[in-house]
Amino acid sequence: MSHLKQILEKGEFAVTAECGPPKGADSEIVLRKGDLLRDKVDAVNVTDNQTAIVRMSSLAACTLLRGAGLDPVLQMVVRDRNRIALQSDILGASALGIGNLLCLSGDHQSFGNQPQTVGVFDLDSIQLLQTVKAMRDEGTILGGDRLSARPDLFIGAAANPFADPLEFRVTRLAKKIRAGADFIQTQCIYNLDRFKTWISTAVDRGLPEKVYILGGVTPLKSPGMARYMKNRVSGMDIPDEIVKRMEGVPKEKQREEGIRICVETILRLKEMPGVSGVHIMAIEWEEAVGEIVERAGLLPRPGF
Amino acid sequence: MITAEQKPIDEIREMIGPFKRILVLGCASCVAECAAGGEKETAMLGSALRMAAKMEKKEVVIEEKTLDRQCVNEFIVLLDDTIDQYDAVLSLGCGAGVQAVADMFPETPVIPALNTEFLGETKAQGLWMENCLGCGDCMLYYFGGVCPLARCSKQLFNGPCGGSVDGRCEINPEMDCAWQLIIDRLSRFNALDRLEDIYPPKDWSRKQGSGPRKIVREDQQR
Repeated sequence: MSHLKQILEKGEFAVTAECGPPKGADSEIVLRKGDLLRDKVDAVNVTDNQTAIVRMSSLAACTLLRGAGLDPVLQMVVRDRNRIALQSDILGASALGIGNLLCLSGDHQSFGNQPQTVGVFDLDSIQLLQTVKAMRDEGTILGGDRLSARPDLFIGAAANPFADPLEFRVTRLAKKIRAGADFIQTQCIYNLDRFKTWISTAVDRGLPEKVYILGGVTPLKSPGMARYMKNRVSGMDIPDEIVKRMEGVPKEKQREEGIRICVETILRLKEMPGVSGVHIMAIEWEEAVGEIVERAGLLPRPGF
Repeated sequence: MITAEQKPIDEIREMIGPFKRILVLGCASCVAECAAGGEKETAMLGSALRMAAKMEKKEVVIEEKTLDRQCVNEFIVLLDDTIDQYDAVLSLGCGAGVQAVADMFPETPVIPALNTEFLGETKAQGLWMENCLGCGDCMLYYFGGVCPLARCSKQLFNGPCGGSVDGRCEINPEMDCAWQLIIDRLSRFNALDRLEDIYPPKDWSRKQGSGPRKIVREDQQR
């Protein structure tokens, strides 16, 4: 069912992109974003109320994209649903033909537009991975009850090579693999040196033989965005020289510079042992994805 | 201990508005330790309310009393002889104290003067920190004495998340990352391998899955 899985198993360098659902009930926006990404990427990763801001559900947006012939990755956070709802949505997603599931803890509710809500966190992201894997491979839910039919899902998880403590980051990656991750998507990579340290430790532990690692990239739109992400987003590592590069070009060239940095990063990742693909998170800038993929020499994408 | 903070005085005054004879009832246990509802705070709240009533020329009787423990019946019964003199109790007990007094005197309105906050420790003078959620199944051994449920913002049992930077939590840079503390402590005891295992989903029925909890100890009953 998962096209992404087929690409990775064939040994192709995979390309996925992120798609944020609208803050409204308009299906056209989802379909328009899908059209921008069609034939440019192997799978489209749909966020689940990212930064804890209410948006159209990931499940609904994934279903729309699936209907339009794309391969969606359903992001699922443990912030908003208890284990009953999580398992129920996993079954529903598979029934609707969604073939990929990315298990996340989710941005904390205090960052979003519903700061008075309660964070559920019944399971954590690793426990969710384990749950999905048991549903798929054993045909059982938590507690052991048997499913009438198993969900068919390619299971993903996130990893942040730039957060602390560094020495524990690879241990946690190994834990996610043991829990059930088939693929990993990393936090946005700007500090290639630190990423290299992380991936070589993972390679030393033989982890990329057990999981496909997709390096995360985000094209910068402006020096302001670079500074904001550097200073205000926890676990984001943007070296000063990247900020300076963005500051060093005139305003009308800033987006081009952002795309250039992104393409350079992808080219470096392509050569790095242990990296199986890239995940492009062009935040509210899906138009840029096609150009980035093309300039990184990743077109045409292998067909469905 | 149970920590609490006093409600805004205007909220308290609104709630006691309809009453003429009010007993301001402190508690000398937890809420005294966190300087919210002990004898001293009870006296201060009592005089503030009397003063406010006087300014508005309201004829109100406001008297204070502090029980050793407001959540234990054998102390609450000490009010038996005097409770009828009042038409309301303004309690500076925690939520358990307020309800225990209300249970004992079903005819008397009992009004909370505090917001009960959390189970915590006195970290320094004037600083209290939450560190226990009363989950009913203590995991502190496993996590080296730091509770991820009470102290990790995302309650991760298999942390840390990607927002842990320089030992701080992404929610608030002034807050320690509980997972950094867990890792530091376990490595000090050479027990970091404990974290290689995946900690299984929590059995929440021990906390809230079966309604309000109770402890029954037959050996303590007579």
